[in-house]
Amino acid sequence: MSPLSRREFVAAGIAAGAGLVVGFYLPHGESHKEVFSPNAYLRITPDNKITIVVARSEMGQGVRTALPMILAEELEADWKQIEIEQAGASTLYGDQTTGGSASVRTTWDPMRKAGAQAREMLISAAALTWSVPRSACAAQEGAIVHTASKRRLNYGELATKASTLPIPTDVPLKQSKDYKIVGQRLARVDTPSKVRGEAVFGIDFKMPGMKYAALARCPTIGGKLGSFDDSESKKTPGVVYVGKLSDAAVAVVADSVWSALEGRRLLNVNWDDGPNKNLNSTAVKESLKAAAAKKGASLYAAGDVSKVSGRRVSAEYSLPFMAHAPMEPGNCAANYSGERCELWAPTQVPQDCRDSVAQAVGLDPDQVKVNVTLMGGGFGRRLEHDYAVEAALVSKALHDAKIGGPVKVIWTREDDMRCSTYRPASLHQLSAVLDGSGFPVAFTHRLIAPSISGQKGQPGPNGIDPDLPDEAALVYGLPNVSLEYVLAETPVPLGWMRSVYALQAGFASESFIDELAAAAGKDPLEYRLHMLAKDQDISYFTTIWKTARMRGVLQLAAEKAGWKNSLPAGRYRGIACFACFSTYAAEVVEISMENDAPRVHRVVAVVDCGQVVNPSILEQQIQGGVVYALSNALRAQITIDQGRVVQGNFDDYPPLRMDEAPVVEVYAVPSAEAPTGIGEPSVPPLAPALCNAIYAATKKRIRALPILN
Amino acid sequence: MAEFTLLVNGSEKKVSVSPETPLLWVLRDTLELTGTKFGCGAGLCGACTVHVEGSPVRSCSMPVSQVSGKKVTTIEGLGANGLHVLQLAWIAEEVPQCGYCQTGQIMTAAALLAKTPNPSDEQITQAMNGNLCRCGTYERIRKAIHRAASGGGAR
Repeated sequence: MSPLSRREFVAAGIAAGAGLVVGFYLPHGESHKEVFSPNAYLRITPDNKITIVVARSEMGQGVRTALPMILAEELEADWKQIEIEQAGASTLYGDQTTGGSASVRTTWDPMRKAGAQAREMLISAAALTWSVPRSACAAQEGAIVHTASKRRLNYGELATKASTLPIPTDVPLKQSKDYKIVGQRLARVDTPSKVRGEAVFGIDFKMPGMKYAALARCPTIGGKLGSFDDSESKKTPGVVYVGKLSDAAVAVVADSVWSALEGRRLLNVNWDDGPNKNLNSTAVKESLKAAAAKKGASLYAAGDVSKVSGRRVSAEYSLPFMAHAPMEPGNCAANYSGERCELWAPTQVPQDCRDSVAQAVGLDPDQVKVNVTLMGGGFGRRLEHDYAVEAALVSKALHDAKIGGPVKVIWTREDDMRCSTYRPASLHQLSAVLDGSGFPVAFTHRLIAPSISGQKGQPGPNGIDPDLPDEAALVYGLPNVSLEYVLAETPVPLGWMRSVYALQAGFASESFIDELAAAAGKDPLEYRLHMLAKDQDISYFTTIWKTARMRGVLQLAAEKAGWKNSLPAGRYRGIACFACFSTYAAEVVEISMENDAPRVHRVVAVVDCGQVVNPSILEQQIQGGVVYALSNALRAQITIDQGRVVQGNFDDYPPLRMDEAPVVEVYAVPSAEAPTGIGEPSVPPLAPALCNAIYAATKKRIRALPILN
Repeated sequence: MAEFTLLVNGSEKKVSVSPETPLLWVLRDTLELTGTKFGCGAGLCGACTVHVEGSPVRSCSMPVSQVSGKKVTTIEGLGANGLHVLQLAWIAEEVPQCGYCQTGQIMTAAALLAKTPNPSDEQITQAMNGNLCRCGTYERIRKAIHRAASGGGAR
């Protein structure tokens, strides 16, 4: 019952896509024979209602729009007609984990095939109805047309007949030049409800009799519950239940959120701080340094770096723990009734929620129903399922105490900041040997960091974190390269945060490339283009990276940013490029310095992500990624003192506000290649491009984040 | 517990809650107006912004006892007839990503436009700086406010 690791699910999804596997689905029994549902993603009813099912979670990245667009394209549907349905945890759709910038890239083939399959069957149904050859019929905007006679039947009119036909497995797919929906700047389906305040996020879910729970969780990492006194807590008006929930948590349940929070405030808990009570951030840094003495596992090797001699340049980089801090704090509603448990979860992992809840409350997974709500941001935080397990356990406790009824667990911002999982802190040792012209003939990057999946009990082969194959490639055609991962240990809970290890790897390597360019006295753009001048395929785990595509994003970024033009006095630029989640990205950051701090005025961001499904969503994702990355670079830092997370709210963990948000210009290299990731690839180049701009302004090299430390 | 009467979105609402209960939770839990969001509980993020007597207020930090008898407007009541010009502009510019902070953003922007019908970039920044967005929609928020100010709500 162990859920697939993040890496495995991406690989599994891609494999499923390659084989054009479509989830099959049995429409709801005999009484619904008139429903045309050739696969689990699509239903067409005789009243011409077309419903497309989205089996990934919407956290702002636009999947509820983008994935149906892909199916509707092949279906030749009228987009205005489409209704969207969110799938809960299911066995019909493969792995439903939403992460790894994978939703479009792994469902591109299944969604296209699902649409094409239905289209071909509707054509057959019309041809049979009219007794004409299939070749005389064409699908157009939600109808099949008999071209010669101009007769027309809409999809609803053909649904009943189509549902009796055999389902074809090998169907033709459209050419990108014929796309009418994919590639269009279509409005997102979720926008109107979000601006009206009608959209239901997890925290907004409500059902009759629902109670609210706040949990007191041990604030010390790895600590446990000692004893607690709930006498004052129980006196709080509205509080209906106080009880131990686990070894490290007490639940306070009330008839309103405020009463639950008040009840928790009045709870008197003695915590057993446990083995980490003396842990602090200095010790974390020391442990990374100590780990660096070990030999690591090779991520990538070309030539032999040890056999190259010449002018050597070396540097160390480091990054702190960071918190996702989505705007909607953690929450989940649950209703346990003895034989069943139903959840309403803002989650990136509905199937993990189902399986973990089943285990926690002693049910079979098929006795647990997980409904997926909208999420107020995810950024990887909701790849965990702690909130779901908590909600189920509280609901079971209420059931067992004969209070019964559904309950929603709500986290405060402080809960979210202090009891979260964090981007791993890391240390990077880089070294290069330069030839007579100043270009690297040997390049070494040792990435020293704890393993997220390893900590969760799913280490990859050789201890290599299973995310690194997507996130730590070096796409330059250098003759001697060694990329090495050194596993460090930490008790600090780790999680996958937007772009995961690519942020660390990209910051270190792209800052260091800039150092090399400076050491060689060369322009940082020309320096990179020189290393990318030859067309080469770089094979890194299962991805073949192409220097030509990296060159393409760099050149376009430079052109759009006007790299060759001089800047006004006081303005400076930096550039960086990085490739992850099968996408190439380059960014040019333009700054001025104000009181020793950078002010970012403009960011030109270019990606090559293959076919763009929706340019407006692409722009949102990249603008958002840049702002998120700028927050990370400037101030994001989780520190540990006496075994506890120091930061608690947006005052001491301050995200970027409007006054610091730059103009972000977004460009995509035109491409008809299959689409690749877009949620995360704009994140890694930002910090190095910014620090490279700071170097251009000040000749000071920033080798540790955050910048404003 | 105590009784309070609020004028929420034009109608009189009686609630029976403890006096220190933040307006946010009265709106969300008691009156089931969940368009107003909980983000930080400390007046730091603006997701809970509503209007009290026309002024933007952080409802997470405003005890209900202080708004007794006062006019409260939430996102659900912002557009008197249909959608407010800012909501139309938000749709036209496709501002929301996750959308969680956007109702608070719109309420802050509405208070700005009520006082300053044609704000400069600087005035927009000043008014909106208390509203956080983790999805990074600031650029489109600015565009939407300019669009609404110039009367171009709809696409």
